[in-house]
Amino acid sequence: MYDNQIIPHLFRTEYRKIVSVLCKYFGFEQIEIAEDIVSETFLTATQAWGPEGVPGNPSAWLYHVAKNKAKNYLQRDVNFKTRIAPQLKSESNEIHEDEIDLSPQNINDSQLQMMFAICHPSISTEAQIGLSLRILCGFGIDEIATAFLSNKETINKRLFRAKEKLREEKINIELPCATEMDGRLSTVLTTIYLLFNEGYYSVSQNKTIRKELCLEAMRLCTMLVENKNTNKPQVNALLSLMCFHASRFDARINKDGELVLYEEQDINLWNTDLISKGGYFLHCAMAGNMLSKYHLEAGIAYWNTQKDDTKEKWENILQYYNRLLQMEYSPVAALNRTYALSKAYGKEIAIAEAEKLNLESNHFYFALLGELYSDVDNEKAREYFTKAVSLAKTITEKQAMQKKIDKLGN
Amino acid sequence: MDEFILLFRLDIITKDAQPSPEQMEIYMKQYHDWVGGIAAQNKFVGGKGLSTEGKVLKYDNVITDGPFAEIKESIAGFIIIKAKDFNEAVELTKACPMLNGKGNSVEIRKITAVHENS
Repeated sequence: MYDNQIIPHLFRTEYRKIVSVLCKYFGFEQIEIAEDIVSETFLTATQAWGPEGVPGNPSAWLYHVAKNKAKNYLQRDVNFKTRIAPQLKSESNEIHEDEIDLSPQNINDSQLQMMFAICHPSISTEAQIGLSLRILCGFGIDEIATAFLSNKETINKRLFRAKEKLREEKINIELPCATEMDGRLSTVLTTIYLLFNEGYYSVSQNKTIRKELCLEAMRLCTMLVENKNTNKPQVNALLSLMCFHASRFDARINKDGELVLYEEQDINLWNTDLISKGGYFLHCAMAGNMLSKYHLEAGIAYWNTQKDDTKEKWENILQYYNRLLQMEYSPVAALNRTYALSKAYGKEIAIAEAEKLNLESNHFYFALLGELYSDVDNEKAREYFTKAVSLAKTITEKQAMQKKIDKLGN
Repeated sequence: MDEFILLFRLDIITKDAQPSPEQMEIYMKQYHDWVGGIAAQNKFVGGKGLSTEGKVLKYDNVITDGPFAEIKESIAGFIIIKAKDFNEAVELTKACPMLNGKGNSVEIRKITAVHENS
């Protein structure tokens, strides 16, 4: 029986592999041709598998057809014969199917190399994320549009411009050398982390897509951990951090797609497998002396998997935030640090520190002040929460603040 | 906003004056709570700790082991912060936990000139 779920599923898992291999073979300039060949392959599959049934090994079938299409394309394309073929490593101008190597090893290498080509500092991080979703994760344009709350046209334009730019820069599809590794890896990790956050914190209500974004980010990071050249402490730290966060995925969003606050989450919905995995990768991240911001964030994320409000928990979280802020300032970290301070040393100390933060344009700042003044001075707490409601950008946030006001009573 | 360097001076030489590992852990916590507070205001620029041993070179080819063993105020480290004036720099520095130790001091100097290419 023809299962109409199998093609979308294979598209998600196989598209990225074949594109990476073809692109690696043709060179980045020909990326659109590589994409077209793979899209056509899936079209052929849709047409053939209906009447004939799904073949025994659908992936192998796809690889075979893609290779043939690539070969046919290369043989009839004049542009290829005059410009590209001479640059290929091949001895003759004849193209042999076998040269397009779709072995697991080459698929994996090509995808890793592609990751570094796409996460290149010459294009914006937004473009890097878009291209990663398309080429490394096999997302459809409409899925990317949904994730970014945008439309297909805008996304298409963005991806097109990014590819143009990478072509202009003559980016090679290869792993950076050992001396450049840490620097280039840092861009790749930033993109992976933003991709994860896009899923974890995005305003999109589509829970399925949000979860997929998180899982894809973790998959890409896992590929880096599995390769000896890229298996660095900071990579393990990022993977650990994402595992810890993702462990609460099902607990933090309810069936209506609404955010469930940490304190109100059902601890039974926390994924203990992911928590253990996070612990494992955090342990791996401790090899060597490297301390990245991902180490610190993973440390915080670890303590957040401990639901009990102990002094030890909050003192540790506070120390991590202290260090994180010294490494890289962000308003969110400043606010969270102050909250941790209140939990570790009490509200009065935290209020004094909060008032120095100078974040009056940030609604979370007023939410924090409201929180700190609750039970200390409820009148002030109410004022601050009210201010936070008026500045909040989404209805969910406004509702969460309103709940806090209601809790204060009269 | 100007940048100010904070030079931490304390006795890092005399054996008896050195904290135990347990005390050190507490001191480091207090230190990071203080610096974390400055960083949370986006006023932390950077800093370094310094080794206890060193060399001092003087006029006429004199080289001695440092840092200035004859005084008990060696530079233990420094941080650079952002502040609008000396008053603010002093306010931010007042809470430095190293000032709880008798004989310790923090010297604040405004950074006025920057070398080219730095």
